[in-house]
Amino acid sequence: MATDTLALARQQLLTPAGLGEDDLHRALSCLLGHAVDGGDLYFQLRRAESWSLEDGQVKNASHAIRQGVGVRAISGEKTGFAYSDEIVLPALLEAATAARAIARHGGEGRLQVWRPTQRSPLYEPLDPLETLSAEAKVRLLERVDAEARRQDPRVKQVMVSLVAVQDTMLVAGADGALAGDVRPLARLNVTVIVEQDGRREQGGSGGGGRVGYGWFLDEDRALGYAREAVRLALVNLDAIPAPAGTMTVVLGPGWPGILLHEAIGHGLEGDFNRKGTSAFSGRIGERVASPLCTVVDDGTLAQRRGSLNVDDEGAPTQCTTLIERGVLKGYLQDQLNARLMRMAPTGNGRRESYAHLPLPRMTNTYLLPGAHDPAEIIASVARGLYAVNFGGGQVDITSGKFVFSASEAYWIENGRVTRPVKGATLIGNGPDVLTQVSMVGNDLQLDAGVGTCGKEGQSVPVGVGQPTLKIAALTVGGTQA
Amino acid sequence: MSEIIARTAAPLPARDHLETLVAAILAEARVQGASAAEAAVSFSSALSVTVRMGEVETLEHHRQRGLGVTVYFGQSQGAASTADWRPEAMRDTVQSACAIARHTAADPCAGLADPDRLAREIPDLDLYHPWPLTAEEGIDLARDCEAAALTLDSRIRNSEGGSVATHGGLMVYGNSHGFCGGYPTTRHSVSCSVIAQDESGMQRNHWYSAARDRNELEPPVAVGRKAAERALRRLGSRRLGTRQVPVLFAPELARGLIGHGIAAIRGGALYRKASFLLDRLGTPVFPAFVTIRERPHLRKALGSAPFDSEGVATADRDLVSGGVLQGYVLDSYSARRLGMETTGNAGGAHNLIVEPGPLGHADLLRQLDTGLWVTELLGHGVNLVTGDYSRGAAGFWVEHGEIQFPVHEITIAGNLAEMFQGVVAVGNDMDTRGGIRCGSLLLERMTVAGE
Repeated sequence: MATDTLALARQQLLTPAGLGEDDLHRALSCLLGHAVDGGDLYFQLRRAESWSLEDGQVKNASHAIRQGVGVRAISGEKTGFAYSDEIVLPALLEAATAARAIARHGGEGRLQVWRPTQRSPLYEPLDPLETLSAEAKVRLLERVDAEARRQDPRVKQVMVSLVAVQDTMLVAGADGALAGDVRPLARLNVTVIVEQDGRREQGGSGGGGRVGYGWFLDEDRALGYAREAVRLALVNLDAIPAPAGTMTVVLGPGWPGILLHEAIGHGLEGDFNRKGTSAFSGRIGERVASPLCTVVDDGTLAQRRGSLNVDDEGAPTQCTTLIERGVLKGYLQDQLNARLMRMAPTGNGRRESYAHLPLPRMTNTYLLPGAHDPAEIIASVARGLYAVNFGGGQVDITSGKFVFSASEAYWIENGRVTRPVKGATLIGNGPDVLTQVSMVGNDLQLDAGVGTCGKEGQSVPVGVGQPTLKIAALTVGGTQA
Repeated sequence: MSEIIARTAAPLPARDHLETLVAAILAEARVQGASAAEAAVSFSSALSVTVRMGEVETLEHHRQRGLGVTVYFGQSQGAASTADWRPEAMRDTVQSACAIARHTAADPCAGLADPDRLAREIPDLDLYHPWPLTAEEGIDLARDCEAAALTLDSRIRNSEGGSVATHGGLMVYGNSHGFCGGYPTTRHSVSCSVIAQDESGMQRNHWYSAARDRNELEPPVAVGRKAAERALRRLGSRRLGTRQVPVLFAPELARGLIGHGIAAIRGGALYRKASFLLDRLGTPVFPAFVTIRERPHLRKALGSAPFDSEGVATADRDLVSGGVLQGYVLDSYSARRLGMETTGNAGGAHNLIVEPGPLGHADLLRQLDTGLWVTELLGHGVNLVTGDYSRGAAGFWVEHGEIQFPVHEITIAGNLAEMFQGVVAVGNDMDTRGGIRCGSLLLERMTVAGE
């Protein structure tokens, strides 16, 4: 049975405020009355909680509620924006008045009849905060702690955090767009500090998705994170200084897909390309990767952290091909940039909250699997780096230069993985790096569900993924020249 | 001109209104059985405009409220927050915090700051200078700023815009020891980001100015010009071969480098033993000529605060003198964990000043002689547990004190403990735009990875 998320959102956001659809029409008319081309109202209620453990005990937890409505007026390339943290009609009309001030002249906006977006949901509209009792949450964290400490006597500190959000949104556009969504999001993270002979190292692991807390109990996921965090920290106790210079790099499957997010994804966001500020601007149809590479952004994967039923402008998410067999195919679009570039929106209009403007953003970005067995890929490397876990990354979309930082890496010598090396930043040029891909594994994995992407001060949850990849030449920023 | 567009940022509410709310929250916590409580209520409003390629791109009105409470039942605690100031929402929030406190473990170190450390007098640090900027005026200033960049050189072909923003805030904090204090602040900024282009490709760069008082902002035209100059000088960037060289950090990046050191002497990193500066109190962390002072009461400064986020009075001190680490950055909780006293740093440090040396930028290039002048960093490759440092970089290759060519797509790597010991000079070109004030830093040696 399809869940009517719009009805649920209406019930949570509009009903308590006594707002009906005629009030939305009134606010949008107020917005358009000033010769604005378009605009929207974005209602949001966000409930979040966080539980954290250290020293073997849950000593801190917090609960937060935020709600409000953001009003956006668009006139050509101009955007006016105001919001209120009270969802009541007078505040809504006041915000509309402030937002429409952007347009002193311009188009003839007309209100369209509602066109509700419906799709079969990718996740349940549940409230993850309510999926376990407080006692059970505390017990879960204590079990994760015990599992980590049980692994090895060198474990000195264990920190575990459990975070969940229920984010209910409703967007009403002057173009008739009307959509609502109830978005659960949960995450569990483990960090451990290990010590041996005075040397300390840290390891971290975690996961999550648009799920309830029960997901962490299934398949022993939470305890798996504990074991993985300890394993990673212990590996780093033995790590030797990382190499410096350009060399062959084999990236493991899953989270190393942050490569695609930084090197490719950001540079293909519609705003940068409309403005011509991206190293990929005007390059659709050109070869930007080896023919082994096909990269997509897919917001439709069930329960994934980066997935959305509808984006924050009410458009259903989709699977957008960015690079097909090495050729640049498309951009990621929100409504504004799609319209100005005369392209179709791709369901990538996202915003951190009602207090932020939508921007074209990624959802889950990954590279499709190839033909090679991962073992075969490693065996093909005479001398190089095998990087399997990463921290964050960053890109300068204009010059195309990007970095991502390894947190678990090894030397490959004569086709064999040998000693662990310390974490190091890898740097490359977005439009070139995938041309260096010489082998693609058959082991596509998506990350465990911990990614957060920042752009213009706004954070949104995202996913990445890839199979094992061999990159013929990439610069590794270690200390050993 | 439309009447509506002349709107300014929303005015701040009266302070006694927030004080009453804090008192009501603390009273409610007591009614609900808490043995102690602390609360903070905040209001902020802002107006920001961006002009791109001469046209208005965005006009944003911001207005946010916040209400947060932490309750203690003996040594167990719970926290909750909301943006809703209505009495029923306030009661629900206190209730949420109390519900959490029933499930958290007792922690002997938990609790409010000790009463004798709370600020008794709250000095006026001159942090509030409202700017009744209208949208129309903001647009004109942002346009001037961007135009100065676009017209500087024909190779400035594109822009991410010029922006002007004014922000005002009022925060009141109170706790059940009877402390209640609050003060308004303002922060204004002008910024510009443009793209230079020639046959070698595109390079983007930006500049900004920020101050409590708009009269202390760099003129918008100067900001725009500086952004353009910074983008232009990156054109024709090349790579470097892998090598070990001395490195000069530009002031805005030197601030970040010092920030990593501060993060490593924060109480949380220390009691978790997650710091490369563990147990280094009283030992040399920098060469003997390095002094870092904390000056929380500097008038009009961006990092100033009369009390910290637990109400503890802030005070002047030297954090590093003669290169020796003289103190940590502690709040009450982490201090108790370490068997020490709070340093009035709940929420962070307040105006850290790295004592400037005698040399300006040109002198420092001469002292660098042959090496790398880093003007941009990319990524977050900093491990505070081990001090391992590896980040993407861009800047200039320098030989015999002369800039040779711009460089990019390289990394610089080292270990923070060794990098701090390897500081050769602190410049007099101090960047004052944030809570850490520092000039250029010249480091003896780092590994550059490139071709």
